[in-house]
Amino acid sequence: MVARTLYEKIWDAHVVEGRDDGTCLVYIDRHLVHEVTSPQAFEGLRAAGRPVRRPDLTLAVPDHNLPTTPRVDAAGRELPIADRDSAAQLDTLRRNVRAFGVPYIDALAPEQGIVHVVGPELGFTLPGTTLVCGDSHTSAHGALGALAFGIGTSEVEHVLATQTLLLQPSRTMEVRVDGALGHGVSAKDVVLSIIGRIGASGGTGHVIEFTGEVIRSLSVEGRLTVANMSIEAGARAGLVAPDETTFAYLKGRPMAPTGAEWDEAVAWWRTLPSDAGARYDRTVTLHASDIAPALTWGTSPEDVVPITGTVPEPDSFADPAKQAAARKSLDYMGLAPGTRMQDVPVQHVFIGSCTNSRIEDLRAAAAVATGRHVADGVRALVVPGSGLVKRQAEAEGLHRIFTEAGFEWREPGCSMCLAMNPDKVPPGERCASTSNRNFVGRQGPGARTHLLSPAMAAAAAVTGRLADVRELMG
Amino acid sequence: MKAVTTVSGTAYPWGAKNVDTDVIIPAHWLKTITRAGLGRGAFETVRAQPGNIFDDPAYAGAPILIAGDNFGCGSSREHAAWALADMGVRAVIAPSFSDIFSGNAVKNGIVPVVLPLAAVDRLLEAARDQPVTVDLETMTVTTPYQDRFAFALDPFRRRCLMEGLDEIGLTLARDAAITGYEAATAERRPWIAGRAYARASV
Ligand code: SF4
Repeated sequence: MVARTLYEKIWDAHVVEGRDDGTCLVYIDRHLVHEVTSPQAFEGLRAAGRPVRRPDLTLAVPDHNLPTTPRVDAAGRELPIADRDSAAQLDTLRRNVRAFGVPYIDALAPEQGIVHVVGPELGFTLPGTTLVCGDSHTSAHGALGALAFGIGTSEVEHVLATQTLLLQPSRTMEVRVDGALGHGVSAKDVVLSIIGRIGASGGTGHVIEFTGEVIRSLSVEGRLTVANMSIEAGARAGLVAPDETTFAYLKGRPMAPTGAEWDEAVAWWRTLPSDAGARYDRTVTLHASDIAPALTWGTSPEDVVPITGTVPEPDSFADPAKQAAARKSLDYMGLAPGTRMQDVPVQHVFIGSCTNSRIEDLRAAAAVATGRHVADGVRALVVPGSGLVKRQAEAEGLHRIFTEAGFEWREPGCSMCLAMNPDKVPPGERCASTSNRNFVGRQGPGARTHLLSPAMAAAAAVTGRLADVRELMG
Repeated sequence: MKAVTTVSGTAYPWGAKNVDTDVIIPAHWLKTITRAGLGRGAFETVRAQPGNIFDDPAYAGAPILIAGDNFGCGSSREHAAWALADMGVRAVIAPSFSDIFSGNAVKNGIVPVVLPLAAVDRLLEAARDQPVTVDLETMTVTTPYQDRFAFALDPFRRRCLMEGLDEIGLTLARDAAITGYEAATAERRPWIAGRAYARASV
């Protein structure tokens, strides 16, 4: 047998049929749906009189529009949502799942959360599956060895109606991270460093497989952070081969297989890792010793520097287009070349988003916040990724650490990651954010975003500036 | 979807790199539940700047947009394609596109034309005072200056654009193959079948 990569094995197992023009009809095992990218898809089904083919492979959950303030009053009654468009979109999802019989986690259910946090933690996401969602950060689910990618609304409709997609195979790229991470260096620093290295379009047309000792040593939470941001390198999807860490994480999750089916599933999952000698179209290697706590300075996720670095000089880039882009970015960000990153003050801190809102992220941030206080003039938000994460954190007393330190402890949702709900950064103000996009206006019109890890975000909150978390750690 | 064979007319000679879908249509426009009317929000943050290309009368209503590398990166929002279509754009020319965006473009009758950087630079110059033609029949981009650049598009996408195909209808016609696949999977990987989640309900 020819040696195959993880990607090729999953792809081969899901081709329903090939077509003469090279396009393949590919089966989709798991489909996550949220309120923003689904209304027009359900509308399309309705107009054509088509049902949802496999409701049992579909799961809907609202996340983007939900306010992160309390959702029920003292008597437990649902509070209305002030923004009428947001409320209409949430209502539309409720109406559609009811009409089409799609399993649904309501805004008020204890399991509600960001779709990419909910899928893995319920065991809806499984190794070796194909998983899609009308959301680019679907790449996160690749952390469990699922071929997972974001799709547009027309494709959402296509999957709802047929449980398949028409796809071309992707090229493959191995990103190997060797060595062992230094003190205070996290999964977020790893993925920011990767994007800094290959660029925001470095992975275009490729599915990345993350390999090497560093990736193997990461928890599933850390792998989710890495795979989540594959899309910021332009990749179609990001994969981590399933291993004992993956199986231990999944076992006993509510939607994971049980009994004999679990054993059968694990046996198949063990056959998935890339064969020795399998070939990738490209390989990039990083060494852990070159990865320091990192953050972004500009308005593209490829604009990465270590926290010990300075704001770059636009002329230092070889590509003239990049020079121009850097000048524009710095103008937008209100930063002068040569400024030490650690001298940049922040007014906002956001700990949350599908990149970094799981229990481990909150633990890392709480460890830095313990016994300290949010600096004067800084507003710091902690938004757990799901209701289950929130309850777990509260059971561990993390919420008390945060609130005593002056952080706001919120209800789960996307929140300040994209400012579709009331959580926004005001124009011209600066935010240290654990999210995944530092685009112009992403956290609100005129908002300035620095992407970094949860521990680094907490360090920024308590010092009032971008800070090297290692200096705050014991 | 309407079939498209050629797109001809003025082109916005923009050239910006890494244009993300938040720039094409900011998030607050995503609260809509229909596809229509998003042209009003297209490039809102760019349009807020005086002297921007989209409000330049020389290019008003241009059916073609010329951009830099990695056009349409970021969020998967198809709203970006709907907004472009609503403002009258039928083809985008760039050195590269994000994968999700080019898929969304095709599904909305917008031709994503990939050309080498040098050709894009030349078109940026020519488009300042001359129309541009994108032809799916000959797979070329031409200008009255006798520029002629060949481009490629995967054959299925090209056919979808030229015939205005309903992809879902095409796939539903393959129902027997899909049903056969499902039956085989139920044998081989029985755990795939959905485990209804007791709490997931309306
Ligand atoms: S947290 Fe941010 S990136 Fe993740 S799904 Fe929500 S909006 Fe998208």
